[in-house]
Amino acid sequence: MKKQDKPLLVRGATKVYETSSGDVHALQDVDLTVQQGEFISVVGPSGCGKTTLLWSIAGLHQLSSGAIALADEPIEKPHPSIGMMFQSANLLPWRTIQQNIEFPFEIRGQIPDRSKIDALLNRVGLGGFGSKMPKELSGGMQQRASIVRALSSDPDVLLMDEPFGALDAFTRDEMNLLMEEIWEETQKTIMLITHSIQEAVFLSNKVYVMSARPGRMHKVFDVPFERPRDLKLMETKEFFDLVNEIKAEIQHQPSSAAAAVAAE
Amino acid sequence: MSDSTNSNASSGVNMSGGLTSGPKIQNMSEVFAIIAVAVVIIGGAEFLLRFFEVKEFVMPTPSAIVTALFVHFDEIAPHLGYTLVELVVGYTIGASIGMILAAVITQFPFVEKIITPYILLLVTTPMLALVPLLILNFGFGYAPRIIAVALAAGPMVMINSATGFRRVDHDKIALARSYGATTFQIFTKIRIPMAMPMIIVGLMMGAIFSVITAIGAEMSGGGFGLGSKLTTFSSTLRTAEFFAVILILAVMGICIYVFFSWLGKKLAGWES
Repeated sequence: MKKQDKPLLVRGATKVYETSSGDVHALQDVDLTVQQGEFISVVGPSGCGKTTLLWSIAGLHQLSSGAIALADEPIEKPHPSIGMMFQSANLLPWRTIQQNIEFPFEIRGQIPDRSKIDALLNRVGLGGFGSKMPKELSGGMQQRASIVRALSSDPDVLLMDEPFGALDAFTRDEMNLLMEEIWEETQKTIMLITHSIQEAVFLSNKVYVMSARPGRMHKVFDVPFERPRDLKLMETKEFFDLVNEIKAEIQHQPSSAAAAVAAE
Repeated sequence: MSDSTNSNASSGVNMSGGLTSGPKIQNMSEVFAIIAVAVVIIGGAEFLLRFFEVKEFVMPTPSAIVTALFVHFDEIAPHLGYTLVELVVGYTIGASIGMILAAVITQFPFVEKIITPYILLLVTTPMLALVPLLILNFGFGYAPRIIAVALAAGPMVMINSATGFRRVDHDKIALARSYGATTFQIFTKIRIPMAMPMIIVGLMMGAIFSVITAIGAEMSGGGFGLGSKLTTFSSTLRTAEFFAVILILAVMGICIYVFFSWLGKKLAGWES
């Protein structure tokens, strides 16, 4: 059976927060189309609304106006075909790794597919760790478990809210390579929010740059590098040039927060 | 955001860790040292009391206390039963109400703000002080004691459980919501487990205060229960029997501690 084409569509997304010091336009008329099987990243200065955008697509925030849809299905609340990975692994510390991975099934009243979960655990190098508690695992291993949790229910779209920000540089590279491989194998539609432009360029087909206050889409960069990619790509001049070009684009924006990104 | 909630969580660890887990025994020599200290203290007391020929009604020897416990156990045992009835009934009522109240009011911050000062008042006022009034209203039976125990346990369980239920981790709740969790599922699968370490601290504090209140209430009148026996034995100079009852109360306290430590390890062991 041919898989249905399911693009992720964002049209005119606007989000206004009312605060005591006036309205804050977190998002202003954001349009975005992510084709099925595409890997895109969104970068931008702190407070540019990229997390708000991602959480809205996850159905966790309501937009003030505008619409989000997966193919022809409007997204207003969490959708079973859209999976989310959070900042930090966000495992429940009172559950074993296995119980954490089965948590989505438990919430939805479904029977977990044990053989698939075992295969995924083995795939990310966590075979035999199912009975461990999260605190017994390193940060990178916890993040691997959260990848398994996100993939085990086989969503069409995977949203990643800066999932590797808390990891050390080596572990982060390792996770990036793992995500690249997983994308190659599963061809999921993936949207990644990150502060690391290297990470965005390494993983994505397209990198979107957002501007701050009001948060809107500023520019898109196509990433031309061939896939599958490996970590050596990060050492090439072309890679470096593209990263610098995107960095310059963020710095040009009239925002004090841009300094924070430039410092990275 | 997630950093600040995590640090809240870790301060909770220290609070619950301090009450539900003592220092860990590492090896046999430490066990030996603990027993040695007990032998020295008990043996020393026995020796000194005998050497200075202290009268038994002033301070009985440890051996006399243990002997009294066995010889007069038939006299004491029914009263242990009465006390346990008061404790179990009063504590069950108080702790249940306290826990349910904590779970409900923490969902309504406004209500919580209004109610909390009154709960604090109940925690800090010794419920023992109400016992004479309760006896006046409810007679010399079980009722005033059970009410006093419930009043002692309830607020203690409530105030600690409420602290637990107030620990919200927005990322964990968002995680559950992203899978379509209902409010009820979020409550049972996220909020209750997060609150569990503090609930257990509350249950343990409530149990300890229950014992204090039950014994105190029995001492104020009614003629039955271990507290009442303490009054009888001391006023009739039966000091060895008096200490035998104290020994029972000490064992009861240790049982409470051991039980809740075990429960804490079982249900909230993830947080240590």
